[in-house]
Amino acid sequence: MRLVLHVWRQAGPEGAGGFVRYAVADASPDMSFLELLDLVNETLASRSEEPIAFDHDCREGICGSCGVVINGRPHGPQRATTACQLHLRQFRDGQEVWVEPWRARAFPVIKDLVVNRSALDRVIQAGGFITARTGSAPEANAIPIAKRDTDRAMDAAACIGCGACVAACPNASAMLFVAAKVSHLAAVPQGQPERYARVVKMVDAMDAAGFGACTNHGECTAACPKEISLDCIAELNRDLMRATLLPPREGKTWSGAA
Amino acid sequence: MDLRSRVPAGPIEHKWDSHRFELKLVNPANKRRYQVIVVGSGLAGAAAAASLAELGYQVSCFCFQDSPRRAHSIAAQGGINAAKNYQNDGDSIWRLFYDTVKGGDFRAREANVYRLAQISNTIIDQCVAQGVPFAREYGGLLANRSFGGAQVSRTFYARGQTGQQLLLGAYQALARQIGLGQVTMYPRTEMLDVVLIDGRARGIVVRDLVTGAIRSHAAHDVVLATGGYSNVYFLSTNAKGCNVTATWRAHKRGALFANPCFTQIHPTCIPMHGPHQSKLTLMSESLRNDGRIWVPRTKGDTRAPGSISKDERDYYLERLYPSFGNLVPRDVASRRAKEMCDAGHSVVPGGHGVYLDFQDAIQRLGRTTIAERYGNLFEMYERITGDDPYQVPMKIYPAPHYTMGGLWVDYNLMSNLEGLHVIGEANFSDHGANRLGASALMQGLADGYFILPYTIGDYLAQARLGPVDTTHPAFADVERQVRERTDRLLGVRGSKSVDVLHRELGALMWNGCGMSRTKAGLEETIEQIRALRARFWKEVSVTGKGEDLNQELEKAGRVADYMEFAELMCVDALRREESCGGHFREEYQTPDGEARRDDDRFSHVAAWEWTGENAAPKLHQEPLAFEYVHLAQRSYR
Repeated sequence: MRLVLHVWRQAGPEGAGGFVRYAVADASPDMSFLELLDLVNETLASRSEEPIAFDHDCREGICGSCGVVINGRPHGPQRATTACQLHLRQFRDGQEVWVEPWRARAFPVIKDLVVNRSALDRVIQAGGFITARTGSAPEANAIPIAKRDTDRAMDAAACIGCGACVAACPNASAMLFVAAKVSHLAAVPQGQPERYARVVKMVDAMDAAGFGACTNHGECTAACPKEISLDCIAELNRDLMRATLLPPREGKTWSGAA
Repeated sequence: MDLRSRVPAGPIEHKWDSHRFELKLVNPANKRRYQVIVVGSGLAGAAAAASLAELGYQVSCFCFQDSPRRAHSIAAQGGINAAKNYQNDGDSIWRLFYDTVKGGDFRAREANVYRLAQISNTIIDQCVAQGVPFAREYGGLLANRSFGGAQVSRTFYARGQTGQQLLLGAYQALARQIGLGQVTMYPRTEMLDVVLIDGRARGIVVRDLVTGAIRSHAAHDVVLATGGYSNVYFLSTNAKGCNVTATWRAHKRGALFANPCFTQIHPTCIPMHGPHQSKLTLMSESLRNDGRIWVPRTKGDTRAPGSISKDERDYYLERLYPSFGNLVPRDVASRRAKEMCDAGHSVVPGGHGVYLDFQDAIQRLGRTTIAERYGNLFEMYERITGDDPYQVPMKIYPAPHYTMGGLWVDYNLMSNLEGLHVIGEANFSDHGANRLGASALMQGLADGYFILPYTIGDYLAQARLGPVDTTHPAFADVERQVRERTDRLLGVRGSKSVDVLHRELGALMWNGCGMSRTKAGLEETIEQIRALRARFWKEVSVTGKGEDLNQELEKAGRVADYMEFAELMCVDALRREESCGGHFREEYQTPDGEARRDDDRFSHVAAWEWTGENAAPKLHQEPLAFEYVHLAQRSYR
């Protein structure tokens, strides 16, 4: 099949960037979208032109490395599908396809379609964990967890950290990403001791990283390749309200300082 | 060279306990004076980096991905084994040990495997404490499922995303230490060489993948947790970035490479679709719990699967292996699939596919139960192939998936180079010639959480290392060599993309050193690899420059290493004149087509020493003794 690509090319963080047109004559509907970029790159390399830089790794929709905006939609037109799992049978023969990097202040462009998403790591470093030193764990079956709760935890924990939610949000907010981790850890008993300190720290880190505020558009969940529910954001807001409005216990603040 | 395995004396069930007591400790106040480099942030690397930092060591952790959360452990689907015996079905540490030694076709070190089985239970405890959402029964207790090569149900899982959840647990523990300043994280940074001073590993040279800067990092110990080398086949289930570079460069500095020919071809992957395919996708082994594998009895039968009646189908695994059925180990299932296809029973044009059919299970259990167990896998299959596995059987075929070989390590997980520890898939240690399903996650986490943190202290306490920093001339020397190599790659200016040449290498390896191997085939493949390697350095096109984000340059460096490594794999496969596990030499098989080992000649680890460019590698052998699991031909019939 034939496709006409318009790909964002940008030499570096400071460069201006712009779309470059690539006509592909010999694509196959069974190819993935990233294999289409491979094909373009092989042609470019054989002409000694610089290939298009894009992040990718596992190519099975789980590592969260890949992510480009395809015709205005993060990861492209197919529901619950990362760019690496998107296949060309989702496109029409001869279609024009516009390919851009994630666009958000917190995700500066490094080159072409590659952006810096380290802000997401910083949010996790601030509190997106359960403190459980290696070796200190009790017997795994000592604390039963209702199947319903573990299922809810798993639904939220399925987040792959790709950043599509940020790219989809008109405010470039990372609320769905943060909420997914907050919900996951709040759903299990092991997550309770740090529950309210966690949400405060993570939201602070999110704000500090330059993400926008959440105004409940819901674009994030529509773009999410793992279909993380908007309910997670409601849960985050509820926990954040409790953490900030209810009096902390034992003379400690929720942010954990004595 | 004396290969000392350092396996402690005494009965096998006491070895690890007594060894832990014998290991020297580093005083808590002194730990902060030691710098440890961990390369790789998968299950082994992230677990090690986090645990070492918790102990108080100063840790630097490196990964080539943009975040440590993206290491390929994340893609493991099916589960993690542990000998909890929660199902009351007769499991025990002893049985997990036995199954793993037998599953590995008697080519692993008994003491290591026993330790792995012992630690398995603690891993589950640790992961639950981190909040890993393992599957549970309605009563709230942990659920299990079955995996190949075992007759007990000992696999813990989180839907079809177990690796993801375990890795996120380790990543979050690592993130906590980064936040506390105990770990300095270097994402988008690739290790390109190891630096030895006075024969000990004292640092690494890396390339910053964003700026292209070549830099040195000094430490008291270097830990490689850099995964396996399945991408030598180009098409594999590994992530695109997975590479042999770290272990291969360490090998070229003197670390022995053990059993490189032991590779695992996973039986249930989505078949190839065309020439532009960039990777193969695994469908979890857990599917073999409920899916039945079959081919049409009649050769070349092209009817739709629904029109082929039950008695016209050959459920060949159930027919050949009535006691294990569809749950035979991976090497056996893969080989039989190839055999059926080679005999003309393939269900895919081109001769590479068999059916994995869920109709019976859906009828028995209902669609809802099947969706709950495998829903995400079925969706993934449909996205890739356009077929709905609830309606039509999956088509599957074996694909390279895991590598049991790796750098040689002793019982303390230290290579023959002092101060160079190797953990996870990167070492050769516990799986012998074939790894059982759900054992890779177990081994990666065992090494990272519960073995290395003890053994590294023993080394540091005894080594009495002087201070070293990157101003030592050894660093400048290695940096210069790394720069020369980068310049050389950029200087070829040929006309073939890196991928084109990598695909050629992959095809050679798949045909010559894949699921079945022969003397003549291997000899020919070695010649072809040499010719291809020479062509690589004339024809490769690496565009752009070194001082920039340059993905072609990254790939070129990795493929250049594969071009060298591939030859060692074939040399090892050629010398091992027996069949065992994933290493199947056609000349050595039983009348009914099973692997025929030669325990008199090959009950050992083959550890290869680099002797220079275009020089034959030197073989060292570590004999393997089987005191507890008696050598026998594996039988799953």
